[in-house]
Amino acid sequence: MDWYPLWNSLRIAGISCTAVFFLGIFSAYYIARLPRALKGVLDVVLTLPMVLPPTVVGYFLLLLFGAKRPLGIFFMEHFGVKLVMNWYSAIFASIVVAFPLMYRTARGAFESFDETLAWSAQTLGLSNTWIFWRVRMPCCRQGILAGTVLAFARALGEYGATSMIAGYTPGKTATIATTVYQLWRTNDEAGAMQWVLVDIAISAVVLLAVNLLERRQKQGGARA
Amino acid sequence: MSLEVNVTKRFEGFALHAEFTAGDAATAILGASGCGKSMTLRCIAGIVKPDEGRIVLDGRVLFDSARGIDLPPQQRNVGLLFQNYALFPNMTVERNILCALKKEKDPAARKAVCAEALRAMRLESLAKRLPGELSGGQQQRAALARILAGKPRILMLDEPFSALDSYLREEVEGEVGSLLAGFAGTVLLVTHNRDEAYRLCRDMIVMDGGEVLRAGTTKEVFADPRTCAAARLTGCKNILPCTRVDEHTVHLAGWEQDLTVALPVPEGCCAVGIRAHDFVPCAPGTPNSLPVQSVSTSENPFDWNLICTVPGGEARLWWKVSKGTLGSPPPAIPACLSAAPENIMPLV
Repeated sequence: MDWYPLWNSLRIAGISCTAVFFLGIFSAYYIARLPRALKGVLDVVLTLPMVLPPTVVGYFLLLLFGAKRPLGIFFMEHFGVKLVMNWYSAIFASIVVAFPLMYRTARGAFESFDETLAWSAQTLGLSNTWIFWRVRMPCCRQGILAGTVLAFARALGEYGATSMIAGYTPGKTATIATTVYQLWRTNDEAGAMQWVLVDIAISAVVLLAVNLLERRQKQGGARA
Repeated sequence: MSLEVNVTKRFEGFALHAEFTAGDAATAILGASGCGKSMTLRCIAGIVKPDEGRIVLDGRVLFDSARGIDLPPQQRNVGLLFQNYALFPNMTVERNILCALKKEKDPAARKAVCAEALRAMRLESLAKRLPGELSGGQQQRAALARILAGKPRILMLDEPFSALDSYLREEVEGEVGSLLAGFAGTVLLVTHNRDEAYRLCRDMIVMDGGEVLRAGTTKEVFADPRTCAAARLTGCKNILPCTRVDEHTVHLAGWEQDLTVALPVPEGCCAVGIRAHDFVPCAPGTPNSLPVQSVSTSENPFDWNLICTVPGGEARLWWKVSKGTLGSPPPAIPACLSAAPENIMPLV
């Protein structure tokens, strides 16, 4: 059995999840401070990918990154990089669809954060960066962790936009999700089943890890 | 050691205009909830930016809208104790205190200051505990230790006892009182409790609706609150509508009778305040006597509360009589109650 789709899926999910982690928490942090009207508009725009069909996301991505589109041409001319139909093309798709999950959960966590903690830290002379990483993030740990896991799981399961922007090339752009569909389409039911089981196993491990982390946190007595 | 504040901040449906000075003695800011007293502390700390004005602490300008000065809270060197203490829940008491000592570069010196702060607040045995594992009183001591370790120039306490159970409150109040007395710098204590203000602070400021109504020594303000709102906040139960007759006489509505007042009655005086404790029973015809009949009586552990009205009328008085012992019988209802001219406070 060729394990390339597993490795490819994991690296795509890992990279996009890392990107989404930072993008999500920083957008959540700064957007929460904006005036209400602007916040409302940005909220809608940033959450749209969660409710749009992935093919619509794929369509927009192709409009931007396609070989004959401005960004695609720019990257080809200046860096010799083709943005679509490569293994990393799927990262763009995963980032866009996983971002809203991270953004929304992080924002929920930040909104329930007790602002007096940040204020008292400021009066004690602590810098805003220090407060963010040492007080705000640990206090919101549970929500942030949940968002990260959801984002990872979503990135791992991304199919629609990925198949449009990265396609299915065995040994190159194949991911678990696209492989399952390809094998099913070519009547290789047993092969599809193998990948289905792999996918279920990974998801179960991820969710189990989260449960364990949460339990340990409670036993530690930390009350965030 | 001094603090000068003159700031304005407008919100939707509310405007704060805080103008006062505070010196060495502990100063209470007394006001009902929503009067702007906590907001004033936040302006001084730099957490909230006033629309305009000036804040000067010990000669150092913290905020001056005219000169474009607005120091961040990190540079103001102020200690602010929040109502909920705001200890970092993810750090032990010791690490919470060490956070306030980041400026000190030498780790040994930092440890020493921290140990001293723990000792001074009797927290040694709790050093490794998380805030969530402490009682309210212990959390407050930890928060104070953390603030004092940073050697602030001003100490601001926002309703420090409101989150404590009543039986703990008196004990903690005693500790905080001696701490305030020993603090070398300005102290502001925000409270809605007049007794706390009276016991802990020599000076006080009364705020209502975002404005400073009255400032002075605590004793002066209690003796002559000058406005109805300030009289009510200092616990005056009887605020009786009246009209001014002359410099030392008012005409009391409801009783349609003149009262002699020791304090000069200002133009525009519309009410007098008489504390419920200040009435004494008397015979008809005595100066400043008001005929009364009793409506209701209620018993407190150490005093009686009586509500009296003018016979055949609506206007009512609160009369409070201290008991000799827990089992003392209620006082007999006299024909009249009177208040000495020096106990009648003219109000506008």
